[in-house]
Amino acid sequence: MTAVQAAVAAPPPIPLHRLLGLTDDELAAIGARLGRAPNDLELAMFSVMWSEHCSYKSSRPWLRRLPGAGRGVVAGQGENAGVISIGDGLAVAFKLESHNHPSAVEPYQGAATGVGGILRDICTMGARPIAVLDALKFGAPDDEQTRHLVRGVVRGVGGYGNCVGVPTVGGELVFDPSYRDNPLVNVMAVGLLEERHLTRAAAPGPGNAVVLFGSATGRDGIGGASVLASATFDETSAAKRPTVQVGDPFAEKLLIEASLELIAAGLVDGLQDLGAAGITCAVSETADRAGTGIVVDLDAIPRRETGMTPAEVMISESQERMLAIVRPARVAEVAAVCRRWGITATVIGRVTDDGAIRVVAGGLDGSGRPAAGAAELARIPAAALTSDAIVYQRETRPPVHERGAPAPGVRQELIESEPGLPERGMDPGAVLLALLGHPNLCSRAWVTTQYDETVGADTVEAGEHGAAVLRVRGTPWGLVMATDACAAVAALDPYLGAAMAVAECTRNVAVTGARPLGVTDCLNYGDPGRPEAFWAFTEAIRGVADACRALEMPVTGGNVSFYNESARGAIAPTAQIGVVGLLEDIDRRVGPVFRSAGDVIGLLGSTTPGLAGSVYAGLAGASLDDRPPGLDLARERDLQAVLIEAAAQGLLASAQDVSGGGLAVALAEGCIWSGLGAQLDLAVGSTPALELFGEAPSRAVVSTTPKAWERLADLAAGRGVPLERMGRVGGDRLRIRLIGLAATGAAEERGAGVADDVDVPVGALQHAWAAGLPRALGEAA
Amino acid sequence: MRVGVVVFPGSNCDRDALHAVELAGGEPVALWHEEPDLHGAQVVILPGGFAYGDYLRAGVLARFSPVMSAVRDHAARGGLVLGICNGFQVLAEAGLVPGALLRNASLRFEHRWVRLTVERTDTPFTRAVPPGMTLRLPVAHGEGNFFLPEDQLDALEARRGVVFRYAAPEGNPNGSARDIAGVIDARGTVCGLMPHPERAAEPLLGSADGLLLMRSLVGSGLASAAA
Amino acid sequence: MTTFRFVVAVMPRAGILDPQGRAVEGSLPHLQATEVHDVRVGRRIELAVDAADGGSARSIVDRLAAELFANPLIEAWRVEPLEEPVA
Repeated sequence: MTAVQAAVAAPPPIPLHRLLGLTDDELAAIGARLGRAPNDLELAMFSVMWSEHCSYKSSRPWLRRLPGAGRGVVAGQGENAGVISIGDGLAVAFKLESHNHPSAVEPYQGAATGVGGILRDICTMGARPIAVLDALKFGAPDDEQTRHLVRGVVRGVGGYGNCVGVPTVGGELVFDPSYRDNPLVNVMAVGLLEERHLTRAAAPGPGNAVVLFGSATGRDGIGGASVLASATFDETSAAKRPTVQVGDPFAEKLLIEASLELIAAGLVDGLQDLGAAGITCAVSETADRAGTGIVVDLDAIPRRETGMTPAEVMISESQERMLAIVRPARVAEVAAVCRRWGITATVIGRVTDDGAIRVVAGGLDGSGRPAAGAAELARIPAAALTSDAIVYQRETRPPVHERGAPAPGVRQELIESEPGLPERGMDPGAVLLALLGHPNLCSRAWVTTQYDETVGADTVEAGEHGAAVLRVRGTPWGLVMATDACAAVAALDPYLGAAMAVAECTRNVAVTGARPLGVTDCLNYGDPGRPEAFWAFTEAIRGVADACRALEMPVTGGNVSFYNESARGAIAPTAQIGVVGLLEDIDRRVGPVFRSAGDVIGLLGSTTPGLAGSVYAGLAGASLDDRPPGLDLARERDLQAVLIEAAAQGLLASAQDVSGGGLAVALAEGCIWSGLGAQLDLAVGSTPALELFGEAPSRAVVSTTPKAWERLADLAAGRGVPLERMGRVGGDRLRIRLIGLAATGAAEERGAGVADDVDVPVGALQHAWAAGLPRALGEAA
Repeated sequence: MRVGVVVFPGSNCDRDALHAVELAGGEPVALWHEEPDLHGAQVVILPGGFAYGDYLRAGVLARFSPVMSAVRDHAARGGLVLGICNGFQVLAEAGLVPGALLRNASLRFEHRWVRLTVERTDTPFTRAVPPGMTLRLPVAHGEGNFFLPEDQLDALEARRGVVFRYAAPEGNPNGSARDIAGVIDARGTVCGLMPHPERAAEPLLGSADGLLLMRSLVGSGLASAAA
Repeated sequence: MTTFRFVVAVMPRAGILDPQGRAVEGSLPHLQATEVHDVRVGRRIELAVDAADGGSARSIVDRLAAELFANPLIEAWRVEPLEEPVA
């Protein structure tokens, strides 16, 4: 055919805006904000800034409902990290962030750059990062694809954090089939700063220099975090590999030291780290926050590749870069500090007063105006890219399912196919051993031995046994930190799961005697365009908001990750919560390990029981009668108050919250970690599994010396918190005598009147707990 | 007693070492890698971390830093030098202590609490350790697997060059030859070890055994300064 | 002055434990490559030297190889002219 015929026959070319991931409506909205059609460079900038990951276009209307105000909050939602005062002119910075989609594509680099990004967010506030916690969620551990992701992600978190020199002190590791195609990598970082060094990510002062420092700009992640996080996965995902960012932790270490030195010397008026959408995001956010504009001198930006187009330079997600707003007289000093640390600092633009982001090729003159012969390639109001970005009011619709249906993570075939798993009603001791060896409850040593937990010489307790505790050098204080989610319950009831996560995480902190200070959240959900998925997200917002209000916790910032679904389905709705708390006297900290034979063991707190969503139900199958447990936030608040007060008075030998695996697992852990046994009585009803393995919230296993028991009982009674005496520490076995009217399992078959006791040697508990993860992953111990 | 802690780009245990020196009664001073000047330090510590990102080989790029010429001269004059973890790797690459540190046998980064026997308490680095006492210290490394050809290992042992060995029950975390955790040079004034004494200098952090090594170092520095 | 290009191949010495090579060899069954053996993993360095002649360029690289690129205690190396960079 002729060329004309071929051109006519060929399908019409796809418009650039659609190739960039923008809808036709979004193109129109861009045109409305500019008052004209955007050029190609401007389209590229809008396409990354208006992606879900950068603009929060689906979640913004809902995030406003999270309570942000609270005691001591000096920086909150909307900043790079939340910051709370702790006294003596010191403050703690903390935040949770996700790097899910890049980790699914390239697990090592995805996880590594996830750590790098959150460390920069902390550093940018003026804080020295002091700890990292990683919350990881994968599919079933016997799956080769899952194992590949687990190995890569763990090596990536360790590889980056260890090299930068920030200890990884805690986290979570959860396996559930719903995460198979969409693993979750949520990383929390905590930092310490003197409040006078608090730095904002704003660009004040027209005429100020805009300085880019750190690594050179290449083609990393062009459209990476922005595009990947805004799309679900399909067969073309492997082709997206080139867009994953590659991290250099050595460069990050230098960047952090240089940044902290600049801040301590008072050399910067504003500081912003570069993450998703690179330079475009950094300049537009800082300008918008200050109500100013920035003109970018494109030619001045140091590149490490040749032939980069203006769009590539402006949206590149090359790692380990920071943007500083510097008074002209201080630029030379800034450059000197950076040079000392072996990194490049370059003036790449100026702050203006016109509220616009302008990109100029051909250089700027001495006063920051385009030089003779220079061309202005783009001009966009900063607000249009950020605070005035498009916002969606998404449709919500609760899924239709029968009340009490099994959680999506439960596979009924587990009962038959897994060798050695006890059926419901079997010997409770055997069930306990199976739970202790379950990949979601067992020892995480296989992971944590790959993380440097003690660099920094401030780690008092790494988080293998509960919340992590770090000392604040030069003070009598401790900082306590934890991260939790209750996704199995959220799969049944997203509101309840999110609220329970807040309760559990604050409880994990309070159980050490620390006062929780604030909450950060990372909300992981499916496609926001699918009403059922978006409904789960809105329910989580409600749950987090209600729980935080009841517990008087400010939400100081966080992250939303959408599009965590594939053709196989969406992940369990996962509201990952992070909490930091303050111990007034670190010597009064309370750990979860039984201390001495003869100590009295009790159960503090009470709640509405339920088995649905528990690890036990996942193993043994959930009956249609099962319900998730109930959460009473007033009781949770009272429990935490008693725990904190009891610790302050030195009444507790140990305290451990009851969560995964329920009461029996919490008791077993106290024995495993101490090597001491325990002899206990437990009242049970017709389903002993409920009392033994139910994961009802607002409870803690506590132990005291015999002398302190009465005082603890008085304290608890004064607050209206039930305290039930269970038994004593001692011997070399865990024995729980079940007292009740119903028989189960083997006991029932014998015609015995009541269920068999739990009676297991501590050594057997230890072995089951230690062996679980390597066995599940097919690894050497 | 001024103790210098060298800071290479990428060192990340320098602040920990400076703090531990202070706890041991010394006067800590940071020594920036670009200056071939010890600023009056009588004892030098090469701290842990990832100097130069551990690129090419752990410790090799740091070995060529300007400060190392001053460290070499100091060692040649009989001055005390302690290399911890990455610092041990730098000393080995510089030939100031024997051996090479290979990748851990497990091929993984290993962070563990280990137990060390102290083979010699007659060195400037171990004088304050009661004979027979084992030390509990953390290790955190990916390349701590000490290597020498067999005949050189025999020679090292014969001249009592092994100062620390991994012991039961925790055992050898990295596959190191003959469970060697730390060695000393022939002159007896340059010592390298993989475990971190500066992270175990306070009971609050889990062990204060490391303080014995730091105190030995500070005390020995005072003794040789007085001599 | 001419620019001479070289490649330096650095390998673990014969007899030195090569855990990386062993680990790689252990993964081969997963790729159905059971006939492959004797896998060893090393390092390759490409560089350019401006010198008056090939001989002086070569002696510069020899010195760097012995002092920096390889640790003679545990590694062996070979210097060759570089025909084509790998990438």
